[in-house]
Amino acid sequence: MFKFKVVAAALAGAASAWLAPSAIAQSGKMSDGVVKIGVQTDLSGIYSDLAGQGSVLAAKMAAEDFGGKVNGVPIEVIAGDTQNKPDVASNMARRWFDEDKVDMIVDLPGSAAALAAVKVAKEKNRIAMVSSGGTTRLTNEDCTDRTVHWAYDTYALANGTARAVTQQGGDTWFFITPDYAFGHSMEKDASEAIKAAGGKVLGSVRHPFPGSDFSTYLLQAQSSGAKVIGLANAASDMMTTIKQANEFGISPKQRLASMIVMITDIHAMGLKTAQGLLSTDGFYWDLNDETRAWSKRFFERHKRMPTMIQAGVYSATLHYLKSIKAAGTDEAGAVMAKIKATPVNDFFAKNGKVRADGRMVHDMLLTQVKSPAESKYPWDYYKVLKVIPGDQAYMPVSKSVCPLNKK
Amino acid sequence: MTFDRTRLGFIALVAAGLVAPYLIYPVFLMKGLCFALFACAFNLLLGYTGLLSFGHAAFFGSAAYLSGHVIKELGVPPEVGILIGTLLGLGLGLIFGSLAIRRQGIYFAMITLALAQMVFFLCLQIKETGGEDGLQGIPRGRLFGAIDLSDTLTMYYFVLAVFLIGFFFIYRVVHSPFGQVLKAIRENEPRAISLGYDTDRFKLIAFVLSAGLSGLAGATKALVFQLASLTDVHWQMSGEVVLMALVGGVGTIYGPLAGAFIIVTMQNYLSGFGSWVTIIMGCVFVACVLLFRKGVVGELSGLLTRR
Repeated sequence: MFKFKVVAAALAGAASAWLAPSAIAQSGKMSDGVVKIGVQTDLSGIYSDLAGQGSVLAAKMAAEDFGGKVNGVPIEVIAGDTQNKPDVASNMARRWFDEDKVDMIVDLPGSAAALAAVKVAKEKNRIAMVSSGGTTRLTNEDCTDRTVHWAYDTYALANGTARAVTQQGGDTWFFITPDYAFGHSMEKDASEAIKAAGGKVLGSVRHPFPGSDFSTYLLQAQSSGAKVIGLANAASDMMTTIKQANEFGISPKQRLASMIVMITDIHAMGLKTAQGLLSTDGFYWDLNDETRAWSKRFFERHKRMPTMIQAGVYSATLHYLKSIKAAGTDEAGAVMAKIKATPVNDFFAKNGKVRADGRMVHDMLLTQVKSPAESKYPWDYYKVLKVIPGDQAYMPVSKSVCPLNKK
Repeated sequence: MTFDRTRLGFIALVAAGLVAPYLIYPVFLMKGLCFALFACAFNLLLGYTGLLSFGHAAFFGSAAYLSGHVIKELGVPPEVGILIGTLLGLGLGLIFGSLAIRRQGIYFAMITLALAQMVFFLCLQIKETGGEDGLQGIPRGRLFGAIDLSDTLTMYYFVLAVFLIGFFFIYRVVHSPFGQVLKAIRENEPRAISLGYDTDRFKLIAFVLSAGLSGLAGATKALVFQLASLTDVHWQMSGEVVLMALVGGVGTIYGPLAGAFIIVTMQNYLSGFGSWVTIIMGCVFVACVLLFRKGVVGELSGLLTRR
């Protein structure tokens, strides 16, 4: 009897040893036994409000909502501060891919930093999902088959806002532009939209990024005599420009049009200053029940409503995890094939699709900031004027210069 | 005795350099070596000539931009690109130096800072440097048309070779009769003049050499990271190199090397703290200045000789 038990145990042991390698082989498709998501964001600089810790939280929420595991291996989220500098972003991405086994990087505020990081991702065969960086170069001149551009781009924002303002009669423009990829793209895309709508661009001036004093640029804008001063800068740069324009008495006479406005900017400026501002957004928390449900969960943990960028980080991360599950591996090529093959359906995007050039096409919203009287409850900031369908909002494939579209 | 000791030091350095990439992440080591060369070049001026330049980022950064540009746009081989960057460092050094050495102390520092800010502004404004985007995607190419540098380990040994050449060159300069005159100027310039030395000329040569070597370091760094950005020409970079030299030990041959690695390690492994890094580094700097004024290497060698 005793002998039988020993033999049985030995057999069981041998059997498990026999079976074990196949189990290992299966999880071998998942590199390093972990799916690591690196949130490269701005934790200390001017984009820390619209991305920052909120983006890190969004990625963590996506991992938790997915169940914390994919194909039997745990999901881990790490974060790093790029300070919006290309050299820091590039070094960090390299170190993450080489040493820390990171499989995907997400967020990437500051287009210069984003451009630097996606190049490293391509070189190391990993995936980069840009939510914060806005330049259309990511899906044009500098597109790679490992980049996905999620929440918005300068074309979609400029096309929405600049066209609407021009059609309202603001037909001569002067641009104040931050001197880096994002600003250049924004100014270029907005200028094209203005010309298409029958307006004229009288001139532009570029300022260092991030800036602190915009008075000289505002005076140049004033002397240009343009009806509209287009602000191609973002976050605190944009807010400072608006404040200084008020102080100089420029803004009532010449209209200011910000090309990129986040809900956190409105919160910081206050409705009194911001009311009436037109903007194009990829997401608004108070749009429908689904967006409200997610945003309230986010609010409970972050104490602020999500921007389109933070919601985009969640949506992108979730889509990435779903694609790993569908592909059965975390190898970048196979996952990317699934990312592009599967439509995106969550609270952020309805029937969104990722094009060959990496652009995630989804509906955009043309919004106007409410006046203090119209705002009924906290964070009730926007009136949604119009839903711009994705294929009208984003640059058509025929205009994109990305070679991946040609295939 | 001293001869044996320095030879032993060199052998240990080369051996450590050869083995290191198998133990430590090579990209990190390359970054350290580039900054070490930069700090050593800076030390030639501060440690051995007694001139505190606050504009060395101009040589480092502009060389990075130019070599990156000629490699990327004109397709020149990497060794020629680095050489062109070094030449730019030398040329700029000649211009900066001939203006700055006319003044001393704080005025010297301010002139170098002002000129460096002009270079920064140029780099920000001209189209070729790409503004805030920097110069991205510089190809590493093939060394002498044969050796593929895109492999990390090959690149590492190339960087190590560049560093050792620069390091040895500085060592030779410091220990030559020319270097003795530099030290004499550092200790007592009027006396050096009274002995018949044209000190301005010596100072200018030291300045140009230091600038050229900084250019060499910058050009190499551009090739390592395939990137040249405004960070490289910013005045903070000029401050960082002062910090590296001070923490490691001004006026010691190994000091800047140690200092560069200490600072780069801190930047690398403390990056999770975000903007706190600068505060932590500030505290380390204060602690260094208060506790070991001769720097890490300076204090260590002091201990050794006392024994």
